Amino acid sequence: MGGYILKRLLSAIPVLLGITVIVFLIMAMIPGDPATAILGSFATPENVERLNRFLGLDEPLWRQYFIWLGNMLQGDFGRSFALNRPVLDEILDRFSATLILAGTAFILCAVLGIVAGVVSASRQYGLADKAITFVVILGISVPSFFLGMMMILLFAVQLRWLPVSGMFSIWGGGNLPDLIRHLTMPAIALAVVATGVVARLSRGAMLEVLRQDFIRTARAKGVPERRVIWGHALRAAMVGIIPVLGIQAGFVLSGAVYIEIVFQWPGVGRMLVDAILRRDILLVQGGVVFIAACYVGFNIVVDVAQAMLDPRIKT
Amino acid sequence: MSLALKTTDLAKSFDIGKRLFGPPRAQVYAVRPVSLDVAQGETLGIVGESGCGKSTLARMLVGLSPPSAGEIEIEGRALDRADPAAFGRLIQYVFQDPVSSLNPRKTIRQIMEAPLRQLHGMRGAALEARIAELFDAVNLRPEFLDRYPHEFSGGQAQRIGIARALAASPRILILDEPVSALDVSVQAQVLNLLADLKVEFNLTYLFISHDLAVVEAVSDRIAVLYFGSVVETGPAEKVFAAPRHPYTKLLADSAPVVGRPLGGAQSGELPDPLNPPPGCAFAGRCPRASALCRAEVPRLRAIEGDQFAACHHPRDA
Amino acid sequence: MKLFLSLLFRNRLAAFGAVVLAIIVILAVLTPLLPLHPPNATNTANRYLRPLADGHLLGTDHLGRDLLSRLLWGTRLSLAVGFAAALIAGLAGAAIGVMAGYFGGRTDNVTMRGIDMLMAFPYILLALAIVAVLGPGLLNALIAVAVVNIPFFARNIRGVTVGIAHREFIDAARLAGMGHARILLTEVVPNIVPVVVIAMSTTIGWMILETAGLSFLGLGSQPPQADLGSMLGEARSALITAPHTSIVPGVMILLIVMSVNLLGDGIRDALDPRLRSGALARPMAATRVDRRDVPPAQGDGLLTIDALDTQFQIGKRIYKAVNQVSLDLRPGECLGLIGESGSGKSVTALSVMGLVASPPGVITGGAVRLEGQDLIGAPYEVLRSLRGRRVAYIFQDPLSTLHPLYRIGDQLTEAIRVHDPVSHAEAHKRAVKLLEDVRIPNAAARMCAYPHELSGGMRQRVGIAMALANDPDIIIADEPTTALDVTVQAQILALLDELRQSRGLAILFITHDFGVVGQLCDRVAVMYGGRIVETGPTAEVLAAPAHPYTRRLIACVPELGQGQRVLAAIPGLPPAVDQLPDGCAFAPRCEKARAACKSGEIALTGATRKVRCLYPEEAHVARAENH
Ligand SMILES: Nc1ncnc2c1ncn2[C@@H]1O[C@H](COP(=O)(O)OP(=O)(O)OP(=O)(O)O)[C@@H](O)[C@H]1O
Ligand code: SF4
Ligand code: SF4
Ligand SMILES: [Mg+2]
Repeated sequence: MGGYILKRLLSAIPVLLGITVIVFLIMAMIPGDPATAILGSFATPENVERLNRFLGLDEPLWRQYFIWLGNMLQGDFGRSFALNRPVLDEILDRFSATLILAGTAFILCAVLGIVAGVVSASRQYGLADKAITFVVILGISVPSFFLGMMMILLFAVQLRWLPVSGMFSIWGGGNLPDLIRHLTMPAIALAVVATGVVARLSRGAMLEVLRQDFIRTARAKGVPERRVIWGHALRAAMVGIIPVLGIQAGFVLSGAVYIEIVFQWPGVGRMLVDAILRRDILLVQGGVVFIAACYVGFNIVVDVAQAMLDPRIKT
Repeated sequence: MSLALKTTDLAKSFDIGKRLFGPPRAQVYAVRPVSLDVAQGETLGIVGESGCGKSTLARMLVGLSPPSAGEIEIEGRALDRADPAAFGRLIQYVFQDPVSSLNPRKTIRQIMEAPLRQLHGMRGAALEARIAELFDAVNLRPEFLDRYPHEFSGGQAQRIGIARALAASPRILILDEPVSALDVSVQAQVLNLLADLKVEFNLTYLFISHDLAVVEAVSDRIAVLYFGSVVETGPAEKVFAAPRHPYTKLLADSAPVVGRPLGGAQSGELPDPLNPPPGCAFAGRCPRASALCRAEVPRLRAIEGDQFAACHHPRDA
Repeated sequence: MKLFLSLLFRNRLAAFGAVVLAIIVILAVLTPLLPLHPPNATNTANRYLRPLADGHLLGTDHLGRDLLSRLLWGTRLSLAVGFAAALIAGLAGAAIGVMAGYFGGRTDNVTMRGIDMLMAFPYILLALAIVAVLGPGLLNALIAVAVVNIPFFARNIRGVTVGIAHREFIDAARLAGMGHARILLTEVVPNIVPVVVIAMSTTIGWMILETAGLSFLGLGSQPPQADLGSMLGEARSALITAPHTSIVPGVMILLIVMSVNLLGDGIRDALDPRLRSGALARPMAATRVDRRDVPPAQGDGLLTIDALDTQFQIGKRIYKAVNQVSLDLRPGECLGLIGESGSGKSVTALSVMGLVASPPGVITGGAVRLEGQDLIGAPYEVLRSLRGRRVAYIFQDPLSTLHPLYRIGDQLTEAIRVHDPVSHAEAHKRAVKLLEDVRIPNAAARMCAYPHELSGGMRQRVGIAMALANDPDIIIADEPTTALDVTVQAQILALLDELRQSRGLAILFITHDFGVVGQLCDRVAVMYGGRIVETGPTAEVLAAPAHPYTRRLIACVPELGQGQRVLAAIPGLPPAVDQLPDGCAFAPRCEKARAACKSGEIALTGATRKVRCLYPEEAHVARAENH
């Protein structure tokens, strides 16, 4: 297993490099130069050129890339001109908020999705199955930002159970209960779609597995039905579910962008959208690389989990 | 008697653990150098257990997979490996799974037309007539032509597969387990049909099967394959009745025959292909194995008359 | 096509989705013709009118623009963009996937690494980056959404293509002289189309959501033009004061996406042949029983099956897999059950312990008695406690019948512990002993192996060990050697025979091989078309078969040692069990059939030798008279 983890970690290096290349190329294609963006369209050509030289933008593209990469490896992601602070600091501040939100939503969607899927499959065409299927269809059809807005209307404005937005109360906030109160709505809104997808997939995977011969073997041995479903069948179904959890993590991260905006959550998604609208290229570049790298890391965890579950994967 | 098919040291190895660039981590031999002769009009049966390389050998003979080494000669001419159509006109293949060898989205007519158009450039009325003729030869009704494969039973689908192979007007037919997927009562129908067609179209057969009794019933000569090599060849009536190679003997004794008592519950397995033994591949299971067997690979040699075996200590007749 | 449509509309949810979507699409198409306010005409005096206000059915927005008009124009835009994105992504992804999957090797490897690279981004990052390059705008959002989804399609389609490229009909096409281009176009693509359609129909909804999302962020359609997403985005600031401006476009998105999803699922279900045949149904813990009356007990064997009827009910069709089957098994006896594929052997065997997959299987009549206790319709807990303890099974394919993710040691100890709650250590000890009993070398070490690490013969030995775990009285072996090589088969048969002698097991042995029956079984029952057509002591049945089918079946199977010969084939095909003929099921293939054979029920008659035939074979009759 240790060897497998190492192998998997090593194989992530080219992926990470590929990510930086893609991000760099995309950003290099952005029309107009950053200097103009920074100085505004009334800047004199001399000033623009000076700034360009200062930023290293007069170098050939491949050198720019290596300079950028080298800096990044030393922890220097550059400075955001709009915020006038180091990109990395900004990202780290924001990312912890996103992590709390997306992490909660991810755990919710994984647990609820799998349980709903298993229940649904083991009562195929029963009442529970129909109810779950209906909720799932509704869940995957509603835009998360719309759902978030409706939740605000209902739970915050009408019922006044939960705060409208933000991560902490402005007065007297900052403790865990306060965070949880603020987190509840955005985390649920974010989790709904992913839960639907996971539930649907788990149901399909379970139905597939329940028809397999080894399930019949377990029953022929006299294994109690509950154990057949939650043990034998679910374990085999997880082989199909785990990779999807990896993909869903990406969707949760993506959905966080909308939810952060709707709930004024101070996360990295909102930061990115703002940065794009302001053309704050270094911030966009750094943010994208950082998030993608985290996601790659998460997928390694997923692969390792998969390898631990399935002995047929060569370790 | 002229030779229809001749292979010289035909071999196939597969790469294990491919990398994006650079050489693979290891190689396994699916077929070790095999030299076979098949006479014109003969049926050569090939038997062996699963994984012994039967299908790989067959696929090389029809050009579906390129050999790693060795030569194929058909009617005295070496085959051009680059051109699958060249194979197609001389040698055809009948697949084990009749249903999956027919494209589910094409009608039988479209399936039958392909080889006639592509290999023989037939069009129009000639094409129609030829299809009718072929269908008649395999005892199928012409109204089947406009149906789709899933509407047929295994036996019927296998007849269609045979008709398609015949459409190429080949000299040689490779039959890869043609009846294994069929019901016993239908199996005999197809075997008899094959026997008739052989006479009618003057064909040469290479008949592959794991069922000893079936092979014995249809073949003139039999070659026994073990772990990628031919271990014994000889006339059909002798190979199982008086096996010279200990493995052939084991096979013949294992076949369930009414009235013969069950053998002992000994165990024994194929060697690991990634780590083949240095000498005879059968040494681990062989009652006659000696030090020589474990050191040196036995070569196929004439034992008596036309019976050949690859064994250092062949059995007496 | 007709079948497809009728299947689609039989699914009520899909039909509902189709209707809703049709209405929305028609409205969107007709929008320019409808008498609406101009969508972008502002009128700040009429800001935030509530729905049902004069002249503004749905009210107005922050600039006093008519919401109904904007809604319909926005819907038009959102629909068009969503469909276009799905089409672009689907086609481009399919093209990449088909190429990579068909050619394989390095092409595949390099392409897929690239795809993996793109999939290493959470999708929105890529979309944001693309919009950042191209600048905000609806067209650019469309491009971003399409590009971001290409990897998903490519991967999916590649997987399917790899499956198809290795099918035998592709080889056949190559042998027919077709080149790559022709094979791709005429053999591969037609088989891919349904998959692409399914993938697109199930993702259009998703694409519409994504484009709406980008517009919501202000990166999609730019004012004053509005799609549904940007309408929501603009309304967000007034969420609390004028919620209707948010609710109207939001509900519309929900409606569109939901109807698209429902329809998409319906299309998927209708195109998937497995769903069509009901094969994706989940088998329940025990077979459903629906029987009117219980036949009286006949024999007094250890296990007696009386007039068992088991059916498969699929749609309107009824497959009578097992009809009026009666068998009895005495202690220590080996009874062979022989027949061709589909004759109902397995279903008979599985019915005993309620293991027939249900749905679609139903036991509609008869009784199965274990020492007099009727098992059909017994409560689940009773069945469960008997399964594996008194009656154990060995199945055909040892690879698929062992759980791939559990060590064989765990599977064995589980078999022991579900019936006998001994300690783990004790169960472990017993499991090792069992493995030794079935002659697995290195038993203790093999306990940690997974099934895929063993050879076929070893796996079947594990299967046998598991069946022996609780010292059952009866073992039902369903073709336990069919998937094995002859030499391994001989070993397994010998092992079974030995175990039977030493443990006094009764075995119901299912096979299609007369040789095996001849070597192993005391008595044999022959099945045809779901019925027993002949039973009797093995030696007698084989020497002088009474039923024409038995005789001809024996004659058409070649036996080793008889040399090259012409076989006596049986013409015709075995009957389909959903349309069994009246009278004798073998009549269409029987050369002795007369008018009487084709009507009424033909009884199974005789004492030790029973036969279901009006004109049994002479040899048998002669022997019977001599006795
Ligand atoms: N799960 C199922 N759903 C629908 N029909 C089924 C199912 N299982 C079996 N059948 C039908 O029941 C009939 C009897 O099948 P069964 O499996 O008992 O045959 P068998 O004699 O065991 O054949 P084989 O030699 O192929 O194992 C067949 O016509 C088959 O199509
Ligand atoms: S060469 Fe030796 S080990 Fe091999 S089969 Fe002959 S006697 Fe046995
Ligand atoms: S009952 Fe009639 S048709 Fe059936 S097997 Fe006997 S003779 Fe033939
Ligand atoms: Mg069966």
